[in-house]
Amino acid sequence: MAEVERPPSAQVTNYPLKGQLTHTNTLHAIKIVALGTGSLSSSAVGTLICVKQAAMLAGGHDYEDGLQSSIDGGISYDPSFVPDPVKSFVVHLYRHIREKNVYEIHQMYETSFHTLSDRMFKDTPWPSVEAVAQYVDNDHVFCLLYREMWYRHLYARLSPTLKQRIDSWDNYCSLFQVVLHGVVNMQLPNQWLWDMVDEFVYQFQSFCQYRAKMKSKTEQDIVLLRQHDQAWNVYGVLNFLQALMEKSSIIQILEQEKEGLEQFTATDGYDYNGGSNVLKVLGYFSMVGLLRIHCLLGDYQTGLKCLLPIDISQQGVYTSVIGSHIATVYHYGFANLMLRRYVEAIREFNKILVYIYKTKQYHQKSPQYEQILKKNEQMYALLTICLSLCPQVNLVDEIVNSQLREKYGEKMLRMQRSDDESFALYDELFSYACPKFITPSAPSYDEPLVNYNQDAYRLQLKLFLYEVKQQQQLSVVRTFLKVYSTLSLEKLASYMEVDESTLRTILMAYKHKTHSVGADGKTISNADIDFYIDDDVVHVVEAKTPKLYGDYFLRQIVKLEAVIGDMDRVKLE
Amino acid sequence: MARDVLTVQASTVASESATKPHTLSLVQKEHSGRRKIKMGREAPSQSQMSYTVEQLVAVNPYNPDILPDLENYVNEQVSSQTYSLNANLCLLRLYQFEPERMSTQIVSRILIKALMAMPAPDFSLCLFLIPERVQMDEQFKTLIVLSHYLETAKFCQFWDEAAKNRHILEVVPGFEQAIQEYAVHVLSLTYQKVSRSVVAEAINVEGVSLDKFIEQHVANSGWVVEGKGKLVSLPRNEFNHPELKRTSSAQSIPLDRITRIFPVLG
Repeated sequence: MAEVERPPSAQVTNYPLKGQLTHTNTLHAIKIVALGTGSLSSSAVGTLICVKQAAMLAGGHDYEDGLQSSIDGGISYDPSFVPDPVKSFVVHLYRHIREKNVYEIHQMYETSFHTLSDRMFKDTPWPSVEAVAQYVDNDHVFCLLYREMWYRHLYARLSPTLKQRIDSWDNYCSLFQVVLHGVVNMQLPNQWLWDMVDEFVYQFQSFCQYRAKMKSKTEQDIVLLRQHDQAWNVYGVLNFLQALMEKSSIIQILEQEKEGLEQFTATDGYDYNGGSNVLKVLGYFSMVGLLRIHCLLGDYQTGLKCLLPIDISQQGVYTSVIGSHIATVYHYGFANLMLRRYVEAIREFNKILVYIYKTKQYHQKSPQYEQILKKNEQMYALLTICLSLCPQVNLVDEIVNSQLREKYGEKMLRMQRSDDESFALYDELFSYACPKFITPSAPSYDEPLVNYNQDAYRLQLKLFLYEVKQQQQLSVVRTFLKVYSTLSLEKLASYMEVDESTLRTILMAYKHKTHSVGADGKTISNADIDFYIDDDVVHVVEAKTPKLYGDYFLRQIVKLEAVIGDMDRVKLE
Repeated sequence: MARDVLTVQASTVASESATKPHTLSLVQKEHSGRRKIKMGREAPSQSQMSYTVEQLVAVNPYNPDILPDLENYVNEQVSSQTYSLNANLCLLRLYQFEPERMSTQIVSRILIKALMAMPAPDFSLCLFLIPERVQMDEQFKTLIVLSHYLETAKFCQFWDEAAKNRHILEVVPGFEQAIQEYAVHVLSLTYQKVSRSVVAEAINVEGVSLDKFIEQHVANSGWVVEGKGKLVSLPRNEFNHPELKRTSSAQSIPLDRITRIFPVLG
C-alpha cells in the first residue's frame, strides 16, 4: 500500500474542534505547532486562542459546514477527497471480504486501518462513504460496514454532533437489518463483530449521557431530539440485540454443542461449510451486549440471566477476543458484587486478572491496549471492595495478591474498619470502577433544562453504600471471633459495649450477610470465620483453609522433570 | 364459575402450606413455585395468564405493550400468594423506560412481595431500578426502613414498625408468614439451641400462639423442646454446625491435573 509522506511542516489543524476545545485537543494542537516552529511562539498561541474562541462560537452546527471555512488557511477537511492509500485500502478490503479471506480482513481491519488513521486521520474523519463507494462497486453492504468504521473512528477521535449520532443509529439499523433479514454471505473476523456490538452499546450509552445534559442544549438540538425520538431509543437498542440473539438461534446452537451435535466454539464461531459466521457470532456477542446494558440500567439479575447460555468457567468464543473476554468478566463480576455474591465475584476477577497479567505484553501494540489497562485497574478496585466486604484472601492467586497489596494494601486496611473514613474509600473505589450508568428514558423537553446524567450513578452508589453501612458491624464481630474459640454472649456484649439483645441481632445479621442466596436459591456461606450459638455461648469455627499440597507437588514434579530434561540435553565436551 | 374455581384453589393452597414442612425458607420458595404449576393443572383459565406472562417475559420483554399484562400479573401474585421476580423486574424496567406510566401502588406491592422473598436480595434488586425521587415517597421510605430492620436482623424494631404501618402491608396476604419464615431461617443459621424468648421476639408471637407455632415446627421441622420448655433445639444443618461442612473439594484433585504427570510416571 502506498505510503503517504507526512507534510514536512506541521500546521495548526484549522477546523473548529467540535463542541468544546478539550484539554487533549488543545495540547495536541500545541504539539503540532511546536513541531513545526520548534517552539511555541506567541503568535502560535494567539492562533490557538482564536481557534478556541471560534470553536466555542461555532458551537453545535454541522460538521461539514464548519470545515469548509478554514480560519487561517491550513489543512481543512474535504469529505470527498480520497487519498490513494484509502483508495487502495477499500479496494483490497472489499476484495478480501468478497473472497472471505478472514485472515487478511483481520490484518487490514486491525492494523492497516489504525495505521492509516494515525497517519492521515488523526483529527479528521475518513473520507465520506459516498466518495469511496465508486471504488467498491457501490456495494450496499460494504458501504454499511465502511460507515460503521467511519463513525467508530469519529467517536474515538472527535466529538460527534447530534446529527451524526442520529445518522450513526440509522446506519446500525440498516446494517443489523441486512444481517437479520438478508442472506449475508461474509465471514468477518470475530474482533470486528465484537467491536460492532461493543460500539453499538457504547454509542447508546454515550447518547443517553449526552441527552441527559440538558443545560447545554440549543433550541435546534431539542427540535432534532423530538423529531428523531426513535434514535437510540432504549426499546430499539434492546430489541435489536434480542433479535440478533434469536434469529441466530445461538442459544440452541450452544445447547446442541454440549451434546456434540454442533460445532461452534471449536471453530471459534467460524463457518467452514461455506456459510457465514456474521449472524451467529453477532448473536453470541449480543448476549454480552445485553449483560452490559442491563448493568448500565441497574438490573443485575436480568443481566446475568442473559449471559447464562455462556459458560464462563470454560473457554469460548467470548475469550477469542480480548475485549470481549474482559467486558464479559468485568460485568459478570460487577453484577455478582451488587447481588452480594462476593465469593463468585472474587473468583472471576481473580481469574481474569491473572490472565491479563500473563498476556498483556502481547497486546502492547494493539489499539485496545489502553482499554485493557484501564479495565485491569478498575477490576483491581472492585476486587478490593469485594475482599473488604468478604475477606477470603485464600481465593486470590499470589500474583494478584501482590499487585493488590501494592495498589490498595493500605486502603484495604482502612476499609475494614467501620468508620467514616472507610465509607469515603468505598465511595472512591466504587465511583472509579463502576460502569457509566444511564437513565434510559427521554427527558421531558418542556421542563427547565437541567443536567441529570449523574442521577443513575448517584442512585447505584447510594444503594451500594447503604449496603456497606449495613455490613459495618460485621468487621467488629470478626475481630472478636478471630481471637476466641468459645465466648459467652454476656462477655462478648461487654467487649463490644452493647447490650445482649443488640448483640444477638448483630450476630444474626452477621450470619445473614455472610450467607448469600445463590443462583439456584440455595444458601451459600461466604464466611471466612463462622460460629454457632448454643443458647448463650458462642462457639467459633474457623473455616480451615486446607493446604493444597497436591497441587503444589504436581507443579514441582512437572518442573523438576523439565529441568532434568534440559540437563540431559546438555552435551558435555 | 370462575370465582368458584378461585376459591377452591385458595383453600387447596392454604391446606398445602399448613402441612408443608418448614425447613429453611428457601425450600419454601421452591414449593411455592411448584404450587403455581399445580394450580395450572387444576384451573387452566387462571394459569393461562400466568403462563402467558412468563412466556412474554422470556421471549419479548422489551415491549411497552406488555405493561398492562405485567401489572395484572403483580395483582395476581398478590391475590394468589405466588411470586415471580423476573416478571416484576421486567415491569420495573418498563417503568424506568417510561416513567409517566409508573403506578406507585403496583411498585409498592412489588416491593412488599420482594420483602417476603428474604433472605434473597430481591428488595435491593428492585430498588436499583426505582428512581431516587420516587423512593422519597412516604410509603417507600417506610418499606426501606422495614427492609433495613430485616437485613440487620432487628426483628423487634421490625415488628413494631410493621404494626404501625399495617395499612400498607395488609394489602398483601401472607406477609406475616413470609417474614416469620425468614426469621426462622436466620435463627436456624445462627443457633443450635435457642431460648423461647428469642424465638418469640423474632417471630412476634407470644403465649398460646407461640406454643402452637413451636408445636408445628416440632412436628414438621425437627425442632426439639428442651430445658423444661424454655429452650428449643434447632435441626442440624451445615450452617449452625459448621463442622459438618464438607471441604471435600480441597481434598480431591481433579483428574486432568494428574494427567500432567503421567509422562513422568512413565
